[in-house]
Amino acid sequence: MKQFRIEEHPILEVPVLDMISFYFNGEKMQARRAEMISSALIANGINVFGHHHKDGSAQGIFCANGQCAKCTVIANGIAVKSCMTPLVENMIVQSAEGLPTLAEEVEPMEFKPIEELECEVLIIGGGPAGLSAATELGKHGVDTLLIDDKNALGGKLVLQTHKFFGSEADSRAGTRGHHIGQILAEELKQYPSVTTWVDSTALFVFSDQKVGILKDGVYKLVSPRRILNAAGAREKFLRFPGNKLARIYGAGAFQTLVNRDLVRPTERLFIIGGGNVGLIAGYHALQAGIEVVGLAEAMPSCGGYKVHADKLSRFGVPVHTSHSILCANGNETVESITITQVDKNFRAIEGTEKTYACDTILIAVGLDSLSEFTIEAEMAGIPVDSAGDALEIAEASSAMFNGKIAGLKIAKAMKGESVEDIPESWYAKAEVLKAHPGAIKAYQEILDESGVIPIIHCLQEIPCNPCTTVCPTNSIKTEDGSLFALPRYTGSCIGCGKCLLICPGLAITLVDYRKDPQTPIVTIAYEIMNMSLKVGDKRMLMDIEARELGEFEVLAVVPYVKQNTQLVRFAVPAGIARKVAGFRVQDPQVSVALEEAIVPDRISDEAMICLCERVTVGEVRALIRKGINDLNQIKAITRAGMGPCGAKTCEVLIKSLLREEGIPVTDVVPNTKRPIFIEVPLGTFPAGGGK
Amino acid sequence: MTYDVIVIGAGSIGLPAALYLAEKGQKVLVLDPEHGPGQQNNKKAIGGVRATHSDFGKISVCLRSIEIFRTWHEERGDDIGWMDNGYSFPAYREQDVKALQALMRIQHGYGLNIKWLSAGEYQALVPGILMDGLLGSTYSPEDGSCSPLLVTNAFYFHAVKAGVEFRFQEAVTGIKSEHGIATEVITKKGSYKAGMILNTAGNDAREIGAMINDDLKVFPDNHEAGITEPVARFFGPMVVDLRKAPGSANFYFYQNIEGQVVFCITPDPPILGIDNRSTSEFLPICSKRMIEIYPRLRNLKVRRTWRGQYPMTPDGFPIVGKSLNAENVIHAVGMCGQGFMLGPGMGELLSRMCLNETTDDDLRVLQSFDPQRDFSAEEAFK
Repeated sequence: MKQFRIEEHPILEVPVLDMISFYFNGEKMQARRAEMISSALIANGINVFGHHHKDGSAQGIFCANGQCAKCTVIANGIAVKSCMTPLVENMIVQSAEGLPTLAEEVEPMEFKPIEELECEVLIIGGGPAGLSAATELGKHGVDTLLIDDKNALGGKLVLQTHKFFGSEADSRAGTRGHHIGQILAEELKQYPSVTTWVDSTALFVFSDQKVGILKDGVYKLVSPRRILNAAGAREKFLRFPGNKLARIYGAGAFQTLVNRDLVRPTERLFIIGGGNVGLIAGYHALQAGIEVVGLAEAMPSCGGYKVHADKLSRFGVPVHTSHSILCANGNETVESITITQVDKNFRAIEGTEKTYACDTILIAVGLDSLSEFTIEAEMAGIPVDSAGDALEIAEASSAMFNGKIAGLKIAKAMKGESVEDIPESWYAKAEVLKAHPGAIKAYQEILDESGVIPIIHCLQEIPCNPCTTVCPTNSIKTEDGSLFALPRYTGSCIGCGKCLLICPGLAITLVDYRKDPQTPIVTIAYEIMNMSLKVGDKRMLMDIEARELGEFEVLAVVPYVKQNTQLVRFAVPAGIARKVAGFRVQDPQVSVALEEAIVPDRISDEAMICLCERVTVGEVRALIRKGINDLNQIKAITRAGMGPCGAKTCEVLIKSLLREEGIPVTDVVPNTKRPIFIEVPLGTFPAGGGK
Repeated sequence: MTYDVIVIGAGSIGLPAALYLAEKGQKVLVLDPEHGPGQQNNKKAIGGVRATHSDFGKISVCLRSIEIFRTWHEERGDDIGWMDNGYSFPAYREQDVKALQALMRIQHGYGLNIKWLSAGEYQALVPGILMDGLLGSTYSPEDGSCSPLLVTNAFYFHAVKAGVEFRFQEAVTGIKSEHGIATEVITKKGSYKAGMILNTAGNDAREIGAMINDDLKVFPDNHEAGITEPVARFFGPMVVDLRKAPGSANFYFYQNIEGQVVFCITPDPPILGIDNRSTSEFLPICSKRMIEIYPRLRNLKVRRTWRGQYPMTPDGFPIVGKSLNAENVIHAVGMCGQGFMLGPGMGELLSRMCLNETTDDDLRVLQSFDPQRDFSAEEAFK
């Protein structure tokens, strides 16, 4: 049977598969040993894992993170979240149809005392911020426990196959994210005062100043003197007709499936949201051999880095700015998407609808800081700090840096005078690293048409400068020497290509006039090697705006194994050489709209606002119009927020609906947050000692 | 503004009272410090409703409540999730068998439908329950459950429709009285006059009483509860285990109409005061006891837990009656964690008290709840 796996990846190592058998609804299937059940199913082409007990709608992967319950299946008789449950040989997996039946036969249980531990500092989250903070605490010998709910440290770094922005010194710019995670985790091992727990989820910070932690399925209570919330952020969802269909989810879930589990959850993907998350997800999809039908961004330009958007466009993925999703179409799962142009108030412009066939829609419309642990710690009276996305949504490069600041700050609070002061320059650097993209400027004017010249297609100010530090002749400098300013060519290029290889945006080309000034050779960095090319192949060259410059033959392909990058050369007429920013890899046929747009005759209020409890926008809007502005009362009446995810998705949607209905944010009463962070079997709590 | 009745507290008791008064043509104002109805302890209730108490007062009020809940959908149109799944008190000790059976004789005297099941019969009702040592169980099939959240909002919207005025985020800060009559109810935002005042203030009942120099013996203590994921129905009645264990007295759980198991435990010794923050102790203690008596529950996932209060009185019976110091003030307080099940019946009773329409039965009920009683008795299962 066909497996939907990524067998070839330009960046990630594809492991040798150790396959085992399992059964899904009676059918024998093959899967990788110990992979999550969800990924095993997806690899076997199963995307519907069951049907909701309320409305019978198809359910499948959604968060891939153990936060919701949409991926529930029955594994060996017990209802489990398939994204968090590893497959075992000959497992009997059944789809969850309606309410699951509670297993009748159970093993007798042994009750053991719950292990209680103390630590000076508890860091919740082992991503870029948590790891950097732990390193600082480790340097100062502070007794620290760092926990992470995944099986490897690194947080979302693990999923980032692209080279990083920032500077080499402060945030390892030019190194790929998943390597940074490994490096940080490795570095941490040298500090004996830091203990790390993976597969460990914080469930709640209780009023008796104990933090309930589920470690490898065993419940433990930890009493910290201080807490650092470095738990990251969660993705926002959107309300639109058809948002209840299966195969609509966030970029985080997508990256988990594709980059961690190396399965191919989609053949044809459409992305909503042109921030860095959406843009990078598009790039990751191409690297996974997935067709990216398009990306829509409601703003007139993408909020993510221009280099990311440019890169995606010139590879052949249309980036539809001033466009929004109108509806998702399909019976159980996504069959197509309709997008529409929007005016400056984000209202759909009638007659501009276009429908594209696709099987999956990614929603990448922004992140919200994960604030629960901070609020809980404050309520319990434990001093608490935040870092990374839990503090403020920004790039991982910023998270690493503000994690470092938080770590030193806490070390100082714990150890006092013996710890050095935080240098003022750190705060300044932190500000720069989290800065939003700045001005877009024109290409640099370089009159010289001889020798080798790097053409820098990076025209928008972002905090990034590895091209300036890597150049052996010091020929690239930012305009004012700062991290944020644009890099400009200032000197004598020797054509070594190092800047091409390190640039995270693949935004530098070389134009070499030395052999033939009329037909210079253009060198382009390339890293989607799963779409391979060889000398003699023809490729459509593209300019920075993804305009076609003509088809040209590949002159040379030079692999750089260490950087997982190739330098590809074309000989082109001098008139266009400097315009060449890259070449197209995806066939334009992929992105052709259907002849007729599918426009919903449904009113938008049929969109779901609470996917767990199947509550529609219309139901909630009716209550708001009755004068209710208390999320607790909306929850009481509709059950929105009472489901397994605990209002993690709907709270933001309801708040946006309240705004739309003209209720000032200050008048909105938020949901009361209660234990526990994720659903956990009752048998976990008295066992202490676990299974 | 002048009202016929001001109700202090939009909770389990205040809301039904307000609705029934308005439906009898009274101009009613409800004052509540929270943002909406039922936001104090009403929403913390787990939803069990029983008439199988030990005295005429509670039995009679709860029988009426059950009647109102049971017919609500039919009569008023809203779904409140009523389910007549019954209550059961399984006994694992001879002393419990004796006590429960003695109580059953009293309950039969009041005409309640409650029977004794053998261990085998009980197993059919609660498949998988611990049989080792099980001596039998009471079963009262006409008791049941419904959603406090839906009930509260149903009462609230019907009350709004009937003309009740609600002022939320208005805590009562004082009550003016002259010559044994309360004249004005004061909040930070205004003052309001009324012919009658109902103190249905739950946790705050004692403070409200003190405003007219009434010493109401209402002392909230803390309880924690939890709810699981929903699963297909696998057992019937509320299961109440009367035994004590280290750290806890009785505990109880049932499967609600959504298929979720809702559970609650009584801390021992009681934790006095008002603290809504969750402790690390609740889940380990409660889940251990639940799994001991019902091993199947171990695979059921806990979804959420919460903490609330039982506004307790010294003897476990509510305090309902006129103030000694202001004759137009009626207290209906100290529901001892049973406000939700007492609510509708109590609301009707309060509406009759306000309008001088009390019946002989009402007067008999009110004897149980007399504010002037000596509080030395003890409710059998308080």
